[in-house]
Amino acid sequence: MNSTVLINILRFILLVLTQVLIFNTLNFLGFINPLVYVIFLYWYPIKGDRGVFMLSAFLIGFMIDVFSDTMALHAMATLTVAFVRPIIMRFCFGVNYEFQNFSFKNTTKVQRVTFLGLLILLHQIVFFTFEMLSLSHILLILKKVFATGIVTLFVCTLFSSLFSPKSE
Amino acid sequence: MQRIINFILSYRITFLYVFLIVISLIMTVRSHSYHQSKFFNSSKWITGNVYNNAANISSYFQLRDENNRLVQENEELRRLLFNSEEKSNVQIDTTTIDYEVISANLIKNSFSSPRNYITLDKGKKQGVAQDMGVITPKGILGIVENTSSNFSTVQSVLNTKSNINAKIKNTDYFGSLIWNAQEYNVVQLIDIPRLVPLVVGDTIVTGAMSSIFPEGIPIGTIKKYDLNTSKSFYNIDVELFNDMANVKNVYLIKNKNRKEIIELEANITNE
Repeated sequence: MNSTVLINILRFILLVLTQVLIFNTLNFLGFINPLVYVIFLYWYPIKGDRGVFMLSAFLIGFMIDVFSDTMALHAMATLTVAFVRPIIMRFCFGVNYEFQNFSFKNTTKVQRVTFLGLLILLHQIVFFTFEMLSLSHILLILKKVFATGIVTLFVCTLFSSLFSPKSE
Repeated sequence: MQRIINFILSYRITFLYVFLIVISLIMTVRSHSYHQSKFFNSSKWITGNVYNNAANISSYFQLRDENNRLVQENEELRRLLFNSEEKSNVQIDTTTIDYEVISANLIKNSFSSPRNYITLDKGKKQGVAQDMGVITPKGILGIVENTSSNFSTVQSVLNTKSNINAKIKNTDYFGSLIWNAQEYNVVQLIDIPRLVPLVVGDTIVTGAMSSIFPEGIPIGTIKKYDLNTSKSFYNIDVELFNDMANVKNVYLIKNKNRKEIIELEANITNE
């Protein structure tokens, strides 16, 4: 239990730093900055209190916001993703994810990538919609959602296969 | 009462979600129309120091380019100095100087979101204050929005809230410089009346209407122009001189008369 908390705190700090110092300055093709810290929500243990999960999701988003001067945009997006995560999990893994012995090991690669992809898609949609907050820019929003989303999914899949959590 | 508590407890996650989302919505929507938050911005101690340390490391890789740029600027200034009429017998009297200049380094840049902010490594201790203009050797960059003791955040010209007075060089037709969040090297100049003769490639400079920037600081050149929907004013696309993606050394401009100008203007509106 204690080591899980410690690992998550360490992950929190490292993800904020990588996002802020590396991925926010990437500007691939002039506008693509992948929001890789979403993988925090993918890695976060399934068991455990949902309230704590939501609060830590809010906090990681808010830290990124303070660093990148975006008010509470990241916080809003991660909070929504954290709130909806159980529904997405049921959609991807079926009802059996609620059982005690469920772990990522008994799932297929396709299921895991779909899960990650849906988390990222929802996060991008909320983030870019509220960033613009105008319907006249809908094409720009869609362009950003898909371009950034694909790059984010790519980087996150790399991350999840490089540093796969063994303890859960 | 028991029932109400049970009800709240069983939906506590939803309540938590609604509570937090309302807080963040208020913060975000407020920032669309008002100033950036005073408490949560990247000029603060932790964020400023993280960016500063990262910039200290990465700046070594750009030293050669940056040196070349500064030498070029020196060359330009020398040329101006040698060709000026009064040569070196200019009396430097601090009471007659209108503008003071502070140099600073950029430690965080951003140009891909609709509201871009830049962080600088100088703050209140070095004399930086809100509403000082920020320029680079090539052109304007933005306006200081928040300061902490050692850092400050700048509202970039690439910000949909930005609104800077600008004019066409060598004329007195002025308009407002805004940004439509599309391309990071193109900003828009609006409110130029239709009778003004325009040519693609004309230079746009800062106007005299603002007490933030001195008159005549270069901004960019006209890329293309057309009339707006009411057919009485031009919408002009201005290509910036600055490469917004690659900025390192900047200058902050302090207008010593700004306070007096603002007080004077406040008197007029009160009457």
